[in-house]
Amino acid sequence: MPAYTLPFEKPILELQAKLGELRRFSESQEIDVGEEIRRMEEKIAETRRRIYSTLTPWQKVQVSRHPLRPYTRDYIARMTEGFIELHGDRRYADDPAIVGGVARIDGRRVMLLGTQKGRDTKSNLRCNFGCAFPEGYRKALRLMRLAARFGTPIVTLIDTPGAFPGIESEERHIAEAIAVNLREMFRLPVPIVVCVIGEGGSGGALGIGVGDRILILEHAYYSVISPEGCAAILWKDRAFSDRAANALKLTAGDLLEAGLVDEVIPEPEGGAHTDPEATAARLREAIVRNLDALSSRPADALMAARYDKFRAMGVFGETPVPPPAPPEAPAEPPDTPADTGKDARQDKPAE
Amino acid sequence: MTLFGKRSQYSTVRVRKRDMPDGLWVKCPGCSDILYRQELDEALGVCRKCGHHFPLGRAERIAQLAEAGAFEEWDAGLRSMDPLGFTGTASYTSKLESHARRCGYPDAIACGRARIGPHAVGLGVMDFRFLGASMGSVVGEKVARLIERSTAERMPVVMCCASGGARMYEGMFSLMQMAKTSGAVARHGDAGLPYLTVLTDPTTAGVMASFASLGDVILAEPGALIGFAGPRVIRETTQQELPQGFQRSEFLLEHGLIDCVVPRSRLKATLVELLTCLVPDNPARAGAAPAAG
Repeated sequence: MPAYTLPFEKPILELQAKLGELRRFSESQEIDVGEEIRRMEEKIAETRRRIYSTLTPWQKVQVSRHPLRPYTRDYIARMTEGFIELHGDRRYADDPAIVGGVARIDGRRVMLLGTQKGRDTKSNLRCNFGCAFPEGYRKALRLMRLAARFGTPIVTLIDTPGAFPGIESEERHIAEAIAVNLREMFRLPVPIVVCVIGEGGSGGALGIGVGDRILILEHAYYSVISPEGCAAILWKDRAFSDRAANALKLTAGDLLEAGLVDEVIPEPEGGAHTDPEATAARLREAIVRNLDALSSRPADALMAARYDKFRAMGVFGETPVPPPAPPEAPAEPPDTPADTGKDARQDKPAE
Repeated sequence: MTLFGKRSQYSTVRVRKRDMPDGLWVKCPGCSDILYRQELDEALGVCRKCGHHFPLGRAERIAQLAEAGAFEEWDAGLRSMDPLGFTGTASYTSKLESHARRCGYPDAIACGRARIGPHAVGLGVMDFRFLGASMGSVVGEKVARLIERSTAERMPVVMCCASGGARMYEGMFSLMQMAKTSGAVARHGDAGLPYLTVLTDPTTAGVMASFASLGDVILAEPGALIGFAGPRVIRETTQQELPQGFQRSEFLLEHGLIDCVVPRSRLKATLVELLTCLVPDNPARAGAAPAAG
């Protein structure tokens, strides 16, 4: 059982403690309490089901950060065959916060890359808690271009609190590295399937997040700013993170409703960390299905649809503008169509 | 108020707001000198003493760069909505309203066709006074439309950037504007057209990590704060002492991001010269050239 318990999982922990007692009692007294044990196990499952079916956005953020949650390498190990890791940006360094390489998923060749968190202090220091440096994004782009040259589809897994905000990051132009990835991912003539598997932290997540299909695990989140950052700005106090998490509409369900992701992959009851095997199997199924759906598309149509997908994101109103009355005659009639009226656009991606 | 009743023996001179639109006198953050507003405006918003570049509003910027009467605004009817129903300490809608009232325009960017010297360009001008020129759906859409229409009309684009980043109040809709605008830049570049960005104080976060960083030529005004994370966030996260001049234009010039730091007095002439040298004589041929990474 997980050695780490989230605050809202306390009822489960208490029941598990009782179950342990019951078992010890049964062993020491040699009394058959099998029926009680079975009922207790049912009760634990029921409690977990109840808690996990009604998680608040802030609780989901905590699940997405669970220290036992499967990370990119865990999925690579469970989903792929023959993964060969490719290192370095050929400019400055190899960034362990982004891993990438070639592999096969159900016999299909892919370039797989993702942000990588550490499991303990040592590995966390190595991969910087999943916060990539510019060289990480440049490595990602190098591998994606490599894949594009040989027609290999691309799969990216996102799990990062954000790109690393530090002096070295700025000196080597983290903003430019992300921006170039955004631009170049529109130019890749191969299918790209993106999946948010844990934390989708802002620009650092989007830096490998432009694709033809955007998937997200049930308890993962994807947000423009962390709830803590938002709370610090709006309420001047991180204690308001739960309210910020509500306001930001960052859960998988919210994003699906808003048309910003294409598919939510259900997690096992109790979250991905309770059954990494099952989670990986579901993730693999979703990735393969989406890759197959994209595989027959001609490159031009694929890139055009990718552009249209992101082009349609945004919600705004448009009111007709009266023709300008400058001193000079207008060069041509105003282009704003008069019939737009109060046109609130919120197009779902055209697929 | 009775508490301060004794003070009434001193006379208070109240200047009515319309007599003093933006304050008759301004204190320079660079040298602490007190500057006469009219003189400052005549000097393009640059302190004559220390060269500090004050942020410019959109009207001032357009007047400084475009030929008189040669700016035709596009998509002025776009209005921000409140897709998340965001309420923090104040609602997003009320913030939009108060900023629109104070600034006199509905969002943080003006886009349109302009003539800069002899060149017809698509011109975008961000205005930091409107919600920190944060990028929500309207800013993203206007940038994308500006670049797309300039591509269709075969015009270069000049983008004057200033921004605190993505607009938190629109959540993930804001973040996705980064992708949307960068995609538009890709297509403009594929058409063989130059895209020039001018980074002004401050240009950070989501805007810097998208269309602001993607200029074929990146200019910056002197002393502008330019970066991904803000200095305070970096200090708090890393507990590091920040180097002298960190994240300022000159620092980024030295570190290889920016092509040149251009004082405001030379900005227009520099843009005209760059456009003269970069706008292809035969756009069709330039468009056929392989896109550079």
